[in-house]
Amino acid sequence: MRRGLLVRSGAWAMATLLAGAAAQAQKNTADGIAEYRKMLEDGNPADLFEAKGEALWKQKRGPKNASLESCDLGKGPGVVKGAFVELPRYFADTAKVQDLESRLVSCMQALQGFDGAAIAGTPFGRGEQDNVTALATYVAAASRGLRFSLPQGHPEERRLYEVGKRVFYFRGGPYDFSCASCHGEDGKRIRLQDLPNLTKNPGDGVGFAAWPAYRVSNGQMWGMQLRLNDCYRQQRFPYPGFGSEVTVALGVYMGVNAKGAESIAPAIKR
Amino acid sequence: MHTIQLPAVPALVVTACGIIGCASMPSSSELDQQARAAIKASFRDQGIAKVDRLNQDLGQRACSGPTPPSPEVAQRIEADALAGIRWPESGRYLGDWREGEKLAQNGRGLTWTDTSAAPRDNGASCYNCHQIDKKEISFGTIGPSLWNYGKLRGVRDPGDAAAAPILQYTWGKLWNSKAYAACSNMPRFGHMQLLDEDQLRHLMALLLDPKSPVNQ
Repeated sequence: MRRGLLVRSGAWAMATLLAGAAAQAQKNTADGIAEYRKMLEDGNPADLFEAKGEALWKQKRGPKNASLESCDLGKGPGVVKGAFVELPRYFADTAKVQDLESRLVSCMQALQGFDGAAIAGTPFGRGEQDNVTALATYVAAASRGLRFSLPQGHPEERRLYEVGKRVFYFRGGPYDFSCASCHGEDGKRIRLQDLPNLTKNPGDGVGFAAWPAYRVSNGQMWGMQLRLNDCYRQQRFPYPGFGSEVTVALGVYMGVNAKGAESIAPAIKR
Repeated sequence: MHTIQLPAVPALVVTACGIIGCASMPSSSELDQQARAAIKASFRDQGIAKVDRLNQDLGQRACSGPTPPSPEVAQRIEADALAGIRWPESGRYLGDWREGEKLAQNGRGLTWTDTSAAPRDNGASCYNCHQIDKKEISFGTIGPSLWNYGKLRGVRDPGDAAAAPILQYTWGKLWNSKAYAACSNMPRFGHMQLLDEDQLRHLMALLLDPKSPVNQ
């Protein structure tokens, strides 16, 4: 009897200890990841893409042998600083709401004579698409520390917000997932990965305010277009076109929701 | 399966907006239609992930907003889902919890970078959203913890008639989670042919076998 009690209380103590150890290990893992990210911030390889993007912005290139220095990113020709935190926005010359990456392609076509459709059809990380990512990194970096404030004055900007909201909640595919399945509530995780709630301002430097970002796990620089593309891959959806209406509308939805959030892009991610 | 085809028309609506200026915001139902048109126009087939994956059934469509469907619609979704559950052959509910743990760990399957949609090539992705065996500290929190799942529900002998309701509920939940919650976040592993019956039995064992580490 006495022995049984001892064994049982021993087992209980052991179980408590184990549970405590598991909780501790979990905390340590999360802390460890945060610490790892912090350490990497001093040497974010995104800096290299930023430098490459700046060079590409100023370099005379393409069939027209022109630079992008007169590209209008929304704040007037050639204005780079502050443009990122106001995108996507409506552009009269293309009569469309555009995000950073699709706007860069428009400028590459109009100013440098590149074939915009061909760039949009190029896989991420290759050829001119790789240059778009570097350019996006450069433009985003020029707004580091600024706060998101997307314009909603044009009817198309307001319409795209509403379309983006509907797209965000659209469930489909073999797993029944929508963006909201993972990003519709506070404080959720997939495995150990924290998930920002993108239906509201998720905070400074989180979610929309962190991309483009350098991904340590695969050594790649990702713009928002690739971030969304990989979300849809994991949602088990078909393939979203580069700069397609769905991707831009989601940018408007997330960007407007993030109003006031500080941009830390280009960030560094696991 | 009832599927709703996406409309092919409303690209016109968008163009019309450009011409007349679209000064006032379209109505909510017009926006619904425009969003569906945008989805139809924005995606293309890639590998095994074809655009027909965007054709929603009743439940997917009803659960595609920030607010849940009406109680009547939710009840219909749940009743349809329950009626469609295929119960295991000759009442064999449990497989091997070791295989179940492997499936629970495996998050692969059905993306456009996967080459096969066959259940044998799919994982069950359980740890993405659930705590299961406490020894695995890398677990998600979208779903509830399943630690001690069978033990907490009093399953000491799965062969005992007293355990039958829990076995049935758990099988039903894995087969079609919408049978018990119309807008559940959980995939419908049986209904959508993500996993086969043997794989489901292995997951059942992981959750309900008294010998499974989950129930220690």
